Amino acid sequence: MNMMTGVSPWERLIRPDRVHGSLYTDPAIFEAELANIWYRTWVYVGHESEVPNANDYVVKSIGPQSIIMTRDEQGKVNLLLNRCSHRGNQVCSYERGNARSFTCPFHSWTFANDGRLVGYAFPDGYEGQDKSQLALGRVTRVATYRGFVFGSFAADGPTLEEHLGGAAETIDRLVRTSPEGEVEITAGFLKHRVKANWKFILENECDGYHPAFVHTSIFGVADSMIGKLYGGASTALTRCYGNGHTEIDLRPEFRKRGAPLSWFGTSEERLPDYAARMKAAYGDTAAREIMIDGTPHVMIFPNLFIAEIQMFVIQPLGVDDSVQHVTALQFKGAPDLNRRLRQQTMGSVGPAGFLLADDSEMYERCHRGVLARNPEWIFLGRGEKRERRDELGYTVGHVTDEVPSRGIWTHYRKLMEPA
Amino acid sequence: MLSPESSAALMSTVTAFLYREARLQDEHQYEAWERLWTDDGVYWVPANGADIDPERQMSIIYDNRSRIALRVRQLMTGKHFTQTPQSNLRRLVSNIELMDEQPGGDIAVASNSLIFESSLRDDTLWAARNEYRLRRVDGELRMAYKKVVLVNNDKAIYTMSFLV
Repeated sequence: MNMMTGVSPWERLIRPDRVHGSLYTDPAIFEAELANIWYRTWVYVGHESEVPNANDYVVKSIGPQSIIMTRDEQGKVNLLLNRCSHRGNQVCSYERGNARSFTCPFHSWTFANDGRLVGYAFPDGYEGQDKSQLALGRVTRVATYRGFVFGSFAADGPTLEEHLGGAAETIDRLVRTSPEGEVEITAGFLKHRVKANWKFILENECDGYHPAFVHTSIFGVADSMIGKLYGGASTALTRCYGNGHTEIDLRPEFRKRGAPLSWFGTSEERLPDYAARMKAAYGDTAAREIMIDGTPHVMIFPNLFIAEIQMFVIQPLGVDDSVQHVTALQFKGAPDLNRRLRQQTMGSVGPAGFLLADDSEMYERCHRGVLARNPEWIFLGRGEKRERRDELGYTVGHVTDEVPSRGIWTHYRKLMEPA
Repeated sequence: MLSPESSAALMSTVTAFLYREARLQDEHQYEAWERLWTDDGVYWVPANGADIDPERQMSIIYDNRSRIALRVRQLMTGKHFTQTPQSNLRRLVSNIELMDEQPGGDIAVASNSLIFESSLRDDTLWAARNEYRLRRVDGELRMAYKKVVLVNNDKAIYTMSFLV
């Protein structure tokens, strides 16, 4: 709080229709974000299907911190910090595997896959030591929504359900794409690094204004139906669910088409096995509705982006250093759909992807651009005068409007301002 | 087994082919590079190791022939912003070896490459093991298969939108 004016620095930097360029480039602000966002709020870490069996583990992250997601012998999912409680050495050096325990190579301290310290070398030097005080660090709270595992370092605060709020319904919609109601994350991740602040990625995910321009090269040569969804005449919507969660709702356009699987550029005839399994699971009417509506395009704040056919996890490493972890969504019981999901994802995303190479170029150019301080501001006023409330009370706008960015910054300011 | 003499002649032809491919890539001669492919060409840049199953796991590039053509057409638009302006590139190709003969008579070749990229972002050094299957079509060598195993393909890597 500025005692002279009574205005907090965040109020000066974040205005209703503009934000200050330094929010993307100031190292002190990045450090404050780690404390107030990444190490406090709910952050997506991994999916239960990545550790299907007892003793499976996979190394994930929360910001720059390495997190081991394990399934212990009791079947419980743990989020452990990859840091020996003795001298700080990383106890796990492989990205995935199956292990009952992790032995630190430095002094041979051994931890069970639920984090307990079970032994150390030459124990007579630790006479009287309570081992339970020397467990691996844990992410303080762990919660799961339909297989998606989130962690929060805050002991208190909103529950995961409260954090997800209305955006939970988008995950409900997502899992219905599977005839068995489950997503599986089994196709491995591409890791795409960008020399740009993480918020350029966050804001772009539900920016419906850019595709017609940034992606014109691929829409032009690939005979893609995607371009029209983001045109001036599109009936698709941008939506803000609160808590920083944002969506591009393409259903109005897909419902106009009224063709099952048109959302994925295919048809029931070309994926007959999938269509039959969906009808058997949900009945003809509901299956048809699900296959017309398609999967969501939703950015769960701060790091989980479900992009219809693939999933991105945003990881900030530094103020100008970020990684996009991306994989094809896979749906249980849908092998022919899954094959197409993998093929389309590989073509469009990752370091050589037809779409993401250009998005990432924009992130990096924006980052260099905002280092210039005239004008000082990023202008986010598009559609401010025409935004409205939908039937559930969420703010919506035209697909090209900057409703999502404004929603993200409103929530960001709440998190960054001292309570 | 080829006689030492014919092996040397083949090596010379293959080496000239690989150098030509490298030059076309470095100089962004996209269409000339595309013409090096057979009609059933597969262009594969795996992620997370050299031995993943590309039918099950994500690769950085896993293009069949029509997707190779799409990749080239996108580059040709001049609006693929990651290559507008184009990266400045020079690569060294070395350690060329003729490997075991393939069924169907394709010539198996392996090489290493070291690529220096200068782009708007920064300068980036790329290193890779390359595996080819080459085939004679109308008296000319063509690529039926090219696999590029980046040394750091298990790590987070920057955009790689030039032809590798």
